[in-house]
Amino acid sequence: MISDVDFHAAYLDSILDRYGHAATNLLQILREAQEHHSYIHPDAIDYLIAKLQVPRAKIEGVASFYSFLHLKPHGEYRVLFSDNITDRMLGSVELMQKMCQQLWIEPGKMSEDKLVSIGTTACTGMCDQGPAMLVNGRTITRLTHQRVQEIGQLIRNRTPLENWPADFFRVEDNIRRKGLLLGNTLAPGDALCAALVLGAQNIAEALKTSGLRGRGGAGYSTGLKWEACRNAPGAAKHVICNADEGEPGTFKDRVLLTSHADLVFEGMTLCALAVGAQHGYIYLRGEYQYLLKPLQAALQRRRDAKLLGKNILGHAGFDFDIVIHLGAGAYICGEETALIESMEGKRGVPRNRPPFPVTHGYLQQPTALNNVETFCQAALAIHMGAENYRAIGTPKSTGSKLISVSGDCPRPGIYEYPFGVTVREVLQDCGAVNTRAVQVSGPSGLCIAESEFNRRLGFEDIPTAGALMVFDDSRDMFEVARNFVHFFAHDSCGFCTPCRVGTSMLKQTMDKIAEGHGTKYDLSEMENLDRVLQTSSHCGLGRTACNPVLHTLKRFRPAYESRLKSLDFVPAFDLDGALARARQMTGRDDAGAHIKAEET
Amino acid sequence: MNNTSTFQLDGTDVPFESGQTVMQAALAAGHYIPHLCYHPEFKPHGSCKLCTVKVGGRTAASCTMPAEAGLEIESDIEELNALRRTLVQMLFAEGNHFCPSCEKSGNCMLQALGYDLEVHTAGFRHMYPDRPLDASHPDILLDFNRCILCELCVRASSEVDGKNVFALAGRGITKHLIVNARSGLLNDTNIALTDKAMEVCPVGVILKKRVGFKQPIGERRYDKRPISAQALDDAPRAPSGAKHE
Ligand SMILES: Cc1cc2nc3c(=O)[nH]c(=O)nc-3n(C[C@H](O)[C@H](O)[C@H](O)COP(=O)(O)O)c2cc1C
Ligand code: SF4
Ligand code: SF4
Ligand code: FES
Repeated sequence: MISDVDFHAAYLDSILDRYGHAATNLLQILREAQEHHSYIHPDAIDYLIAKLQVPRAKIEGVASFYSFLHLKPHGEYRVLFSDNITDRMLGSVELMQKMCQQLWIEPGKMSEDKLVSIGTTACTGMCDQGPAMLVNGRTITRLTHQRVQEIGQLIRNRTPLENWPADFFRVEDNIRRKGLLLGNTLAPGDALCAALVLGAQNIAEALKTSGLRGRGGAGYSTGLKWEACRNAPGAAKHVICNADEGEPGTFKDRVLLTSHADLVFEGMTLCALAVGAQHGYIYLRGEYQYLLKPLQAALQRRRDAKLLGKNILGHAGFDFDIVIHLGAGAYICGEETALIESMEGKRGVPRNRPPFPVTHGYLQQPTALNNVETFCQAALAIHMGAENYRAIGTPKSTGSKLISVSGDCPRPGIYEYPFGVTVREVLQDCGAVNTRAVQVSGPSGLCIAESEFNRRLGFEDIPTAGALMVFDDSRDMFEVARNFVHFFAHDSCGFCTPCRVGTSMLKQTMDKIAEGHGTKYDLSEMENLDRVLQTSSHCGLGRTACNPVLHTLKRFRPAYESRLKSLDFVPAFDLDGALARARQMTGRDDAGAHIKAEET
Repeated sequence: MNNTSTFQLDGTDVPFESGQTVMQAALAAGHYIPHLCYHPEFKPHGSCKLCTVKVGGRTAASCTMPAEAGLEIESDIEELNALRRTLVQMLFAEGNHFCPSCEKSGNCMLQALGYDLEVHTAGFRHMYPDRPLDASHPDILLDFNRCILCELCVRASSEVDGKNVFALAGRGITKHLIVNARSGLLNDTNIALTDKAMEVCPVGVILKKRVGFKQPIGERRYDKRPISAQALDDAPRAPSGAKHE
């Protein structure tokens, strides 16, 4: 009989070998260890402490940061319903209740027989084909009552995931409108050849001329970023592609990585040439794990075609390769410095800046980090020429933008427009009618009402990372905001006081209002919290976490006020509610076991 | 190295050396900026945000902001003190702080800041988290109820003691302090009473057993003079101090 330690050593050794026994790869090592044993076993941690020289508290600290890593058993099948507002609008809450009934379990708890647990997770990036769920990390789309019931049966029968109907796992691109990016006809290597003709030292300058700005949200000039990285002292440099795509309602990077992966890699390689980097990484969100194998195959094809590896396209000294890092369920890891911390095997906590990644990025070395779409646009801009590129779009927002459209419309999916398109045009194209509100750029973005639909997408007016969620006049904008507030509270990294505590307080207050206990005082308290979040949070998550409430309060105040009690103040402490646990424990529910609220 | 320049803090000139943060330069020059997670002996952390100041209309944590010549910084203004009051209220609401029964009362930085900033009300409804004590160690008690997650003990244990007794786990509002033992108990770690980590907790989490209330309440550090006056005593000054990266 083999001992417990030997049992864990058997699978851990090969994982450790593959990751060079490097503590910087801790997150990847933990992820793979969990695939062997469904959770990270204490004995496995003992082994890792010895092999990596990392203290247990650090390993547990890292593992407990990420939603998809587990230090305790959670069932053979772990079902997570995507909990974006768009999933909810398609009935996910009811589907989850049904599944819990069918399998006799409570949400968030493991079944007695250790077979299954059911819970929720943040937006899985399938808003155009929701409701969606993850089962043991695998994406399942287009849930219906029938599909959920079939899944329940498959779980009961302990059918291995590999044998489930392939159609469950089908993910469509849903490309509805093509532009220069989605309609491109470049062959692998075309943009790189153009870049080599231009000369490595001229790429950043050309991008500055093209006016290209980052597509991940902040809109920083890509040319300036690459130039700073090129000029940063140090021989070892890195290129990182941010494929964390965690902003609820955004799924355009998913489509690019599915159908235009070569262009993404081409852009990264071009960046390596421009800044003098040797190492490339894609930080792929854990929810997109199903893309890992096809992406690895695509990388291999490029190596075989001399588009990656040593002496790329025969140019001596042009050495560059790309590896894929998988995330593990943490929206904050989309923030560039948190992403780098995560890549170094740590908790994904945003760093203090300065210094910035261009000089002190991955392993404190110069790093050029961009969004998936930015790399594609850079390749296109270099290929078509900076002047041609800047002719598209608007003066301060050049080129095109992919928009992920979801919510109340008959044709959700990916729409590509030159910057400057109005919200109304997008709504017309996707067939939306009776639209009450549009959430641009996800919960951290902007919520607008009908009177503003002529506003334009672009850095001059409404900047966007690409999400556009549509709400028709049947929707309650208070519930939309409440869903977003829950999201931020769930995904705050917890580093700084205002965001860690403030997002939770916002959530409590929104729940209190939803339960009918809200007062005017609560609205002013939220406005105070919003100010604190905005002025003192450490990173963009906290600074934008107040937007959903601020924006909907401004435009849809009646949705809040209709829920308020007329009183100015109601204590949040519910005396009768506090006895619920005692009632449950004693099995009582008679009148004597309740405290009657005083009539007011 | 000593190319001293100055920035302005609330209208007065503050000299600094290159490499200093706004906080380090201000304290060294005798100007107090409220702070909680900053400690002169450790690398700035930047998490509590009590030290938030205004620079050219924008806000930033002064403990992590590099000093630069010509900056015009506002700190002691009502807008920022109101923000600091709210942050203190948030920290009180997040944990379970019953000052009258706390051994750290009078020596606690959170309490002292509360007094100094004139935080007169609870402000928020309290969260009453469930945080069990760890009394496993014969000489040391951990009362997690009061932890404000400043990571000073984490930093002290790893940077000074070379031990990593403490670490943070979880995320968001569930973030919490853990100790380095499979059992999760302090008694199974290699902590020692002489560790730096025993000294740095600004609140009453890491306590020595059997010395409780030896020093009577009323005669403790912040009972005598407000924290704003005493923080300056701790700050390193030239020529003996100023040895910061
Ligand atoms: C909380 C938070 C989440 C973010 N998530 C993403 C993301 O998923 N993808 C992304 O490209 N950028 C994200 N960003 C922006 C990045 O920090 C960074 O600005 C961007 O990746 C830079 O690339 P770009 O210049 O090409 O836009 C996020 C920022 C914050 C504050
Ligand atoms: S703002 Fe929120 S997510 Fe950002 S560092 Fe602070 S706690 Fe973490
Ligand atoms: S125990 Fe004390 S020193 Fe450690 S993180 Fe908590 S409050 Fe800070
Ligand atoms: S003292 Fe600056 S953030 Fe805590």
